[in-house]
Amino acid sequence: MIFAFFGGIYNNHIAFKTAIADARQRGAERIFCLGDLGAFGPHPNRTCELIRAHEIEVVQGNYDHSIGHALNDCQCGYTDPRDNHFAQLSYDYTLANTSDEHRAWLRSLPTEIRFEVDGLRILLCHGSPRRTNEFLWESATSTQFLNKLCDDFACDLILGTHTGLHWQRSWGTFPTCPDSTGTLETCPTMNRHFINVGVLGRPENDGTTNVWYTMLRTGHDAGAGRSPLPCEVEFIPLAYDHDQLVREMTVEHLPNEFIETILTGWWTTCLEILPAKERRRGRW
Amino acid sequence: MQASSLQLNRLAVTLRPNSAIKTESTVASWKLALRKGENTMTLPIVELGSLDELWFQVAGTRCNLTCAHCFISCSPHNDSFGFLSFNEVERRLLESIKWGVKEFYFTGGEPFLNPDLVPILERTLDFGPATVLTNGTVLKPEWLERLRAAEQGSLYSLEFRVSIDGPTPELNDPIRGPRTFERALRGVEMLVQRGFLPIITMTRVWDDTDDDAVLGQFREVLRQHGYVRARLKVLPRLQLGAEANRTCGYSAADRVTAEMLVGYNTSQLVCQHSRVVTDRGIAVCPILIDSHEAILGQTLAEANHAFAITHGACATCYQFGAICTNPSATAEGGTRYRA
Ligand code: SF4
Ligand code: SF4
Repeated sequence: MIFAFFGGIYNNHIAFKTAIADARQRGAERIFCLGDLGAFGPHPNRTCELIRAHEIEVVQGNYDHSIGHALNDCQCGYTDPRDNHFAQLSYDYTLANTSDEHRAWLRSLPTEIRFEVDGLRILLCHGSPRRTNEFLWESATSTQFLNKLCDDFACDLILGTHTGLHWQRSWGTFPTCPDSTGTLETCPTMNRHFINVGVLGRPENDGTTNVWYTMLRTGHDAGAGRSPLPCEVEFIPLAYDHDQLVREMTVEHLPNEFIETILTGWWTTCLEILPAKERRRGRW
Repeated sequence: MQASSLQLNRLAVTLRPNSAIKTESTVASWKLALRKGENTMTLPIVELGSLDELWFQVAGTRCNLTCAHCFISCSPHNDSFGFLSFNEVERRLLESIKWGVKEFYFTGGEPFLNPDLVPILERTLDFGPATVLTNGTVLKPEWLERLRAAEQGSLYSLEFRVSIDGPTPELNDPIRGPRTFERALRGVEMLVQRGFLPIITMTRVWDDTDDDAVLGQFREVLRQHGYVRARLKVLPRLQLGAEANRTCGYSAADRVTAEMLVGYNTSQLVCQHSRVVTDRGIAVCPILIDSHEAILGQTLAEANHAFAITHGACATCYQFGAICTNPSATAEGGTRYRA
């Protein structure tokens, strides 16, 4: 089976529309969005309308929970006062510009989606299965921790978003692993997987303007022998009309700091929460 | 953000062997104590939700400095806790796998006084992310080069947290000792030159309202030393150990009560998601290792039970949240600015 997974959209309805067409063209049979429909970008209602028109299945992110319930902030929990300042500007904008009908719909979204396909028990969440706003960074999340999540939540494959950076890890589990070296990633049977599907909302702090989403193929559709795993993961860099997004953000008086990220591909805020490896890859 | 406003938290699932039994029996014994009339009120009990961070008291209480605010009174002569060997750390890393520990932290004393520290950190990076809390004054270039190579060969980040208590020698040195500002900044330069991005950790020895000014000044000083995108973390003072003598200790009024835990999100507390390996056994948290009831057992399984947060320092944790972990580790993000 062929799936497409979108992470945070952050009101970037232009990239979102482009991604839907791109994923369909690549043969996606089911499309999911893992939450955080609102944030930096313009016109939040447009994202909600696209999702509902294309019958995309959605997991509720912390942003959606906050907007749905009209809470005071987005629950990202930034520690730097400057980060909080900018996060609050986009939050207040999104809250003020999301219709009551869409807010009711955001409230109704599930915090996880589970299904089984081709022998894989799949769990979709926003941050982590145990907490919607938990950050699972690639360089700050041990494999043994991911393995325990799979144990505790009885699944083989977890997909999430929330950090804004895509990554993937596969490993093997007890009782054959770990060997005496203690690592689970070198196991002969790699039967468990974690995927951060990336985000459509803004570039990945890598100096390019494209955004990312994820294709997953399972069963017969997986890799024709190319992959030793029961599923095949492909991260898709997506170019879209980011100049149009910038024009709309400018008209809506959204902060220049966010516009700069869209134009340059470098994050300008919320850097304090990045672990060392992820921080080093960026410019600021 | 007020973390207690987070409605999204799900109960941490504890499916570990024996966890339910241990927790129940501990709670039962508290209740027994109440029935005998030993306490007039219920104790503020915090259970270990999930073992997300495993700490290593890798240098015991040995430090080359004798800071006036050190909450466990470390010094060159304090041997109440000893060094952990490479073999002991490796044994605990293997033991940690089935607990699903997310990150490992190394503290002391000064971790780099332990001659095994570099191989210990190299080995840890096979298991997960590692953070070392150092005073930055004893770092050697050859150690840092080995560690940089180890980090590059690992999936995980190696974080350095360097303690400096303010942007000037005038603020820092009276507390941490003569010339320590200059020596720690030299350590920061060495780290930055090798591509590390140390988290400068300061204990707030100034007025809360001066935070912005102090942090701004600190960023500028670090920039002058070649560190242009400085990462900063502010810690509240813990009125324990040497700090209790420097200013004042906790009073009887500084106590968390059971009522205060009603509706409180205990996942903000370090003891809800951490334990500490010491050479005397597993302790409840890195803050209280000096008090005898903090040692909960000899194995991680034995240390998986509830703890009554009845110490004065617990009141500081209650107010400020997860003060010990890195900003990347929790959604609440370490010290909260709006407590
Ligand atoms: S505060 Fe840190 S550097 Fe200072 S004496 Fe204690 S352990 Fe050593
Ligand atoms: S000092 Fe803090 S972390 Fe330690 S037991 Fe008390 S509340 Fe928990």
